[in-house]
Amino acid sequence: MANALEISSLVKVYDNGFTALKGIDLTVQEGDFFALLGPNGAGKSTSLGIVSSLVNKTSGDVRVNGYDLVNQREQVKRSLGVVPQEFNFNAFEKVFDIIVQQAGYYGLNRKQAAVKAEEYLKKLDLWSKKDTQARMLSGGMKRRLMIARALVHEPKILILDEPTAGVDIEIRRSMWTFLTELNRQGTTIILTTHYLEEAESLCRNLAIIGKGEIIAQGPTKELLKDKDRSTFVADFSQSPESLPESFSQFDAQLTGDGSVEFHIKRGESLNQVFALFDQYNLPILSMRPKTNRLEELFVDLTENQPETGSKV
Amino acid sequence: MTHPYWVAFSSIVVKEVRRFLRIWPQTLLPPAITMVLYFVIFGNLIGSRIGEMGGFDYMQFIVPGLIMMTVITNAYGNVSSSFFSNKFQRSLEELMVAPVPNWVILSGFVIGGVARGLACGIIVMLLSLWFSKLVVSHIFVTISVILLTAIVFSIAGLINAIFATKFDDVTIVPTFILTPLTYLGGVFYSVSLLPEFWQWVSKLNPILYMVNTFRYGIIGVSDIPVATAYAMLGLFVIVLGSWAMYLLNTGRGLRT
Ligand SMILES: Nc1ncnc2c1ncn2[C@@H]1O[C@H](COP(=O)(O)OP(=O)(O)OP(=O)(O)O)[C@@H](O)[C@H]1O
Ligand SMILES: [Mg+2]
Repeated sequence: MANALEISSLVKVYDNGFTALKGIDLTVQEGDFFALLGPNGAGKSTSLGIVSSLVNKTSGDVRVNGYDLVNQREQVKRSLGVVPQEFNFNAFEKVFDIIVQQAGYYGLNRKQAAVKAEEYLKKLDLWSKKDTQARMLSGGMKRRLMIARALVHEPKILILDEPTAGVDIEIRRSMWTFLTELNRQGTTIILTTHYLEEAESLCRNLAIIGKGEIIAQGPTKELLKDKDRSTFVADFSQSPESLPESFSQFDAQLTGDGSVEFHIKRGESLNQVFALFDQYNLPILSMRPKTNRLEELFVDLTENQPETGSKV
Repeated sequence: MTHPYWVAFSSIVVKEVRRFLRIWPQTLLPPAITMVLYFVIFGNLIGSRIGEMGGFDYMQFIVPGLIMMTVITNAYGNVSSSFFSNKFQRSLEELMVAPVPNWVILSGFVIGGVARGLACGIIVMLLSLWFSKLVVSHIFVTISVILLTAIVFSIAGLINAIFATKFDDVTIVPTFILTPLTYLGGVFYSVSLLPEFWQWVSKLNPILYMVNTFRYGIIGVSDIPVATAYAMLGLFVIVLGSWAMYLLNTGRGLRT
């Protein structure tokens, strides 16, 4: 089985001399639901742009669905559906025409295209807007329009650069359901997002990129398992005035609003903390993880990344 | 099954044609108005005082030149503004991610430009019937030269759009190069009226050849050998076509 995406030693130096990718390696298996995460400017769009033929690479190799990006560009393009970060449709065209037009570029005649356009516009809940000019859609609708457009030729691999940016919670959820279902039916999904809790719950594998380098890559579960500590926040009916010395083993701190933040290292049990709070007669009213686990891993990795660090 | 490239090509052409039809007040109407003014002012009012030019009455003499001028401006303008706005709105990315070879992209936009050039040319020709009768002396020359000219200027418009970084950049060439060359290209006069030196200079102007060959097709007179014009048009198609392909292949101005 060919890998959906294989990137090796990919380097991108922009015309102004800026090195956006410092030789990244990345593999996405066929059928995967994969997230490429990283802070703003890390090089996510640049990498995906190279894969989708929108950005020229400087050096390195890219294979999509087993095809070489440079020598078999046409097969590569046929294998891919691309949803870019920035809106890139003609704002004055009607929704339906945009989809039919795109299908035409992939060789679907108008009749076939119209059938597919209807199918995907319905799936993405845009059918009622089919005769609306694209500029009159809301931000979330524009994103969904781009997803429908990317799927009209039924690609094996769908690339989405921040598909949920600016999309409300309800639509975001339905978008995730849609993508999960699409993935279940066999489409490989590669996406970027800044909503880490989404990536954590939905993506099987992920890579974290920072300053043009891959700093972590692997199955989501494995990566999270390696995380050495988690942060929790506890609230009390009666906030403590100060914390006894013994809480320092959990690196506990009183926050401004009277709750307590503490850390659990890998291997430690939450029961120990509860016992301690009990001992000082501090009943916990509610407790939650400070951020989700992936977010913590992400912050740990990206904030502690050396300026020109070596690859992990 | 129809070949996918053919489907892609016709999609581009359909999109281009629909674009200029949708915005007809900006694309089809202006040449109609401008040319009617030319016909009225130069043909009727002033033309009657000028008398004959090249053995024909002045109106008949300028009609072919004005049609040619319309075709040149509109073919060029269609491709330069459409391609540039596709680039500017990023909707060109729709084509760049799709399995459409660059020669199909080039042909699609060029035929779109040719369609607009011809549509405007035909409108102007029909309007000219109000002012003078139209006889076509050499139908094959008339059609082939107008097609070739429309192709040449469509390709040129695309090259302009590739280099353009702002909307102003697509009006510079028409204003400072195309319009002067057209006016000096024998639309309004026969170059035989000029002193020898200026005749010689005029013959460096490619538009002179196109205008005269087209006029030859319509009224049967030309200041220059028709064969030279075809050789020149052929050369332009090849040179500009290769240049455009080179630019598209390297992604100049399109891919960072
Ligand atoms: N055309 C360009 N010319 C020069 N530098 C560029 C260009 N495009 C992007 N860059 C730089 O390359 C780096 C990576 O950009 P990229 O868009 O890939 O980041 P990203 O990870 O997608 O960020 P975001 O999360 O904000 O979308 C940034 O520092 C950016 O400024
Ligand atoms: Mg980005």
